[in-house]
Amino acid sequence: MLSRVNAINWNRLEDEKDLEVWNRLTSNFWLPEKIPLSNDVPSWQTLTAAEKQLTIRVFTGLTLLDTIQGSVGAPTLMKSARTPHEEAVYTNIAFMESVHARSYSSIFSTLCSTREVDDAFRWSEENPLLQKKANLILERYDADDVMKQQIASVFLESFLFYSGFYLPMHWSSHAKLTNTADLIRLIIRDEAVHGYYIGYKFQQRYQEASAERQEEIKAFAFDLMFELYENEVRYTQSLYDEVGLTEDVKKFLHYNANKALMNLGFEPLFPKSTTDVDATIMAALSPGADENHDFFSGSGSSYVIGKAVATEDEDWAF
Amino acid sequence: MTQIVYFSTKSGNTRRLVEKLQRDAKRIPFESGEPLPVTTEPYVLIFPTYGGGEVKGAVPKPVIHFLNDERNRRHLRGVVGAGNTNFGTAYCLGAHIVARKCQVPLLHCFELLGTPEDVAILHQELDRV
Ligand SMILES: Cc1cc2nc3c(=O)[nH]c(=O)nc-3n(C[C@H](O)[C@H](O)[C@H](O)COP(=O)(O)O)c2cc1C
Ligand SMILES: [Fe+2]
Ligand SMILES: [Fe+2]
Repeated sequence: MLSRVNAINWNRLEDEKDLEVWNRLTSNFWLPEKIPLSNDVPSWQTLTAAEKQLTIRVFTGLTLLDTIQGSVGAPTLMKSARTPHEEAVYTNIAFMESVHARSYSSIFSTLCSTREVDDAFRWSEENPLLQKKANLILERYDADDVMKQQIASVFLESFLFYSGFYLPMHWSSHAKLTNTADLIRLIIRDEAVHGYYIGYKFQQRYQEASAERQEEIKAFAFDLMFELYENEVRYTQSLYDEVGLTEDVKKFLHYNANKALMNLGFEPLFPKSTTDVDATIMAALSPGADENHDFFSGSGSSYVIGKAVATEDEDWAF
Repeated sequence: MTQIVYFSTKSGNTRRLVEKLQRDAKRIPFESGEPLPVTTEPYVLIFPTYGGGEVKGAVPKPVIHFLNDERNRRHLRGVVGAGNTNFGTAYCLGAHIVARKCQVPLLHCFELLGTPEDVAILHQELDRV
């Protein structure tokens, strides 16, 4: 007998989050062509050879993670999706990861020479710390335990990228490579929704599990976090010692490790004294993070938001 | 004591932060069709931003509908934003919008489940308003 095949019906939802996240991801769709990267060429010329090499290596490392998530991570999660809508969200995530990976090559072709880029890709294939980070995740994707796959996936989306994301935020805070930073901010926004959604699907399964199973899973999550963290610290040192940024990048790692754990529903691990990232980096990431920041006057994107507030939502009745 | 009114979707991050405060709190339901609370005393409003980086959708619809009731605007004393700094300039934008529209202070912003420091700050702010 043939098994029955079902067509996806978006008008019958089992979980409204699927549609909400689908709508958000599709309306946030973007391509690197949207960003005028070539405006960064003069600024790129001001970087030293070592700074250029660091930047290309960092972006190559990010490319590797996006490649894994697009071709293995999201397709793995698709197999255990509980609703056709959840499956569809993962197809979107998979595609956006490919857009992210593609974007780094757009940055390279705009700013760098072919030789510099070829060298960096070779470096990424030979660098033991980067390869270890990739393999720690891939091993969990390979093992047949859905919750463990989801945990590894949230750690990739919400933790492992951040040793890399730090650098364009650093350049941006020095008014360098600001268009590249705009592109990276689009990626950072996408990763937030990815980490949130996979973490949400994880928490549904976790809630249903027995107390023993919950204990096993929680221990697995913290063990994996420690293992990844240790490797991230060494990766960070190998890249950033030369430019004297390692200590602040580590704070950024702690800050984001906490957020990755929170996406899984676990309480943050690193205390505040170890997560106080340099204020200029936080401002480059999120100019509104300071409560005293006035969204509604000033310049740049916050000004645009200020003007838009008047027309923002038809539901307001006052 | 100042009451808390909060909104949280099915992911429940904001709900868990509010539970950690262990104070009197009312939830704005997220299913449409359920009756919205009507306040009779001063309160602080806690809710997440959901615009995905945009202005549109930043304030969740149930929060808008709740505030469309004049009685709920009259008792509002302050706003607390939940969000994620990954959304850049739109971090807790919904809370900024409501604070400005209703002319009340934005007391604090926190990310996801909040940290122990966020909980301490919120206790301080709630005792103060
Ligand atoms: C689709 C989507 C859009 C979001 N948009 C924003 C945003 O524009 N600004 C922000 O600060 N946080 C944003 N967030 C983060 C949420 O506010 C955050 O995850 C919050 O903890 C959710 O609260 P809840 O679980 O109580 O619903 C968004 C999250 C999602 C899933
Ligand atoms: Fe990505
Ligand atoms: Fe992602």
